[in-house]
Amino acid sequence: MEFFEMFLAVGFWSATIRMATPLIFGTLGELICERAGILNLGIEGIMTTGAMVAWMWVYQGGGLWEAVFVAAFFGMLFGYLHSIFSVYMGLSQHVTGIGITLLSTSLSYYAFRMLLPGVTTPPKITPFEEWPVPLLSDIPVIGEALFNQSPLTYVAFLSVLAVAYILYRTPLGLAVRMVGENPMAVEVQGIDVYKLRTGAVMVGSAFMAVGGAFFTISVFDAFYFDMINGRGWICVALVIFASWKPSKALFGALLFAAFDAIQIRVQQASVSFIPYQFYLMMPYIFSILALIIMSRKAAYPKALLVPFRRGQR
Amino acid sequence: MSQAETVLRVEQITKKFGDLVANDAISFSLGKGKVLSLLGENGAGKTTLMNIIFGHYTADGGHIEVFGKQLDARSPAEAIGLGVGMVHQHFTLGDNLTVLENIILGTESFRSHRQDIKGALAKLDQLSEEFGLAINPNALVKDLTVGEKQRVEILKALFRGARILILDEPTAVLTPQESEQLFDTLRDMVSRGLSVIFISHKLNEVMSIADDIAVLRHGKLVAAFPIEDASKELIAEKMVGEAIDPPKREPLAIGATVLGLSDISVQDEEGVSLLKNVSLDVHRHEIIGMAGVSGNGQKPLSDLISGTLSPQNGTFTLAGEKIEKFDPHLMVEKGVGRVPEDRHHEGVVGDFSVEENLVLENYRSPQFSTRGWLKASAIKEHANKLIRMFDIRGAAPETTVRGLSGGNMQKVILARILENEPDLILANQPTRGLDVGAATFVHEQLLKARSRGAGILLISEDLEELMAVSDRIVVMYHGQLSNPMQVEDVSVQQLGLLMSGEGFASPESEESAHVA
Repeated sequence: MEFFEMFLAVGFWSATIRMATPLIFGTLGELICERAGILNLGIEGIMTTGAMVAWMWVYQGGGLWEAVFVAAFFGMLFGYLHSIFSVYMGLSQHVTGIGITLLSTSLSYYAFRMLLPGVTTPPKITPFEEWPVPLLSDIPVIGEALFNQSPLTYVAFLSVLAVAYILYRTPLGLAVRMVGENPMAVEVQGIDVYKLRTGAVMVGSAFMAVGGAFFTISVFDAFYFDMINGRGWICVALVIFASWKPSKALFGALLFAAFDAIQIRVQQASVSFIPYQFYLMMPYIFSILALIIMSRKAAYPKALLVPFRRGQR
Repeated sequence: MSQAETVLRVEQITKKFGDLVANDAISFSLGKGKVLSLLGENGAGKTTLMNIIFGHYTADGGHIEVFGKQLDARSPAEAIGLGVGMVHQHFTLGDNLTVLENIILGTESFRSHRQDIKGALAKLDQLSEEFGLAINPNALVKDLTVGEKQRVEILKALFRGARILILDEPTAVLTPQESEQLFDTLRDMVSRGLSVIFISHKLNEVMSIADDIAVLRHGKLVAAFPIEDASKELIAEKMVGEAIDPPKREPLAIGATVLGLSDISVQDEEGVSLLKNVSLDVHRHEIIGMAGVSGNGQKPLSDLISGTLSPQNGTFTLAGEKIEKFDPHLMVEKGVGRVPEDRHHEGVVGDFSVEENLVLENYRSPQFSTRGWLKASAIKEHANKLIRMFDIRGAAPETTVRGLSGGNMQKVILARILENEPDLILANQPTRGLDVGAATFVHEQLLKARSRGAGILLISEDLEELMAVSDRIVVMYHGQLSNPMQVEDVSVQQLGLLMSGEGFASPESEESAHVA
């Protein structure tokens, strides 16, 4: 059975983990924002911006790790913009988020065209190479798949741990969780709701941008238009799938990536009469089904989407 | 003021919201180990004043001194730092977090990479013991009763080392028994040298707990005196500015049955029982008062009578006619008028004008529309008439309802409903959040409807109100209804016991208990 043999191949598992990486960053980022009560639909555009600026930094001669920070910085910038509208002014988070996505996507394309006019084939850079972890990468199948990845992938996995620890084990994390539940509870304990929410949105947006950067400086070596291709929206769905929990977010990202990897392989393997678009569709159908099942019980942050206005009656 | 070391001194505090002067040069002081009760009608400026002391608002003028230190109170952090704690009218808790998490929030530096759970638990334990405020620190807040949630709020303040505790209408949501417990706690606290500011408009409570009284009216401090010099009548007069007589309920012979409920049961989609074998008759010329802590089935019952919910079992009759189809429009046609519990969401359309809200239920009648076109002038004339009749203040026909005060919003709803002369009036918490003047107006209107021949079902958590206007009283608990009692034959204490479930069949299983 060709289909089942696929699951024994290192290539499949390794691809799953690679494809999950940007989703992990994006989902974590969205999760942080939403835990603080702010929906960030700027994610799709912020990932695009991250992809563009990181690539451009390296193309202009900058280092790969520097590029990651440049992406994070631009993510924070757009996160801050989102905060001005959604946190300080209390405007509709849906509308603002879509606006941020449109703005940051278009600005990225515009900047790309301005800096590289008249280029038809996207120029290439040298992306991150795999970083096999000594010893661990020698473990058959699992080790080969898990520990022979881009360094950014390791960062993504460690970020899950870090975010979970901060959210559940530190005073700061408690405040973030509380501000998404009831901002007034935070205000009455003498904490500035606006700063807290803004900080969370900025950090979350930085994660999103790094997720975008992964495409251009790790998986691929160039920047294409439309390369994020809806993955930001998938992350928004994955946050619900994960019931706003980092560990489940990791699981969701891996599951979605696995379906994506299966889809590609089945597409290549089948000489069937089924049109390839059907396989392309599979991960999305999966995510809709998973959402239907998982979101029934989801305990969403109670103050999500609810603006806070200080000192108003 | 009584002789005691002054812990809080408020001087000439002024706060304006636009043109409205919410606090007008208010000065008072609080003594150590004293309970100061701050009284006033809704909109008198009590909460605004407390929010200034706690730092939610910044005053436009005046200053505050706490333990001899100047309090700028630009934020709650500063007030907390000086030993001021506040229990807000609406709980400020995170439902999906534990009691402990709610209490320790903000007590540790954000730079700290871990929480001192052990230390916090020990401190909480000690506080619980000291003040008799038992609580399970690991319970989720959403699983607590209202009384327990309030306990958490008090512990939160004590945990931060509060020496002055402000409580904003703390008893509004409690049963009489829970209120008694709260008072015990407060007495305990003042005996240990803490000072309390207690906001209320229930005069009985104030008389039993306060040492000093301060009365606000229209943003001004109109009276301040020690409790020895106070009487209920005097306080009430100071609050409203004139002596008001409670409405009189003239004895009337009851008429025919307008609403008949027999063995009505309702379950939600998950099979949880919301109403269990509820039977009740409401007659013409009669006000039935329904007591009970909210969430015990009042909502499904009023939904039923409004036609937005259908029963699984039992018979429902209106003026003797059996109702099979539950539809809101049909209910209005059959002569049901409803004053909904949540006036903002179910009573009015906030962004619509007064005139539009006044025809919400009968804009289709030929009086207000022809062939699908509204008659603007008829609607305006109608609005002008009702604004005059019901003394809706601050309103022109074009005013959006959102801008009205709670009392005037309620008048809009009453005007719309009573104008149709309904046979049955469902009044669900009609005076919640209203001041004495507005509440009296509502009572007068209900009594007027009773004289006219309407049957009225009055659902309320305010026992004083129920005792004042009802002919008979029933108590709702966990979806069950007690037998009706003549109002002359019951006491507040009896009702309180019934409200806490005494005398009801205990729920057979977890499933049948409904606590919303």
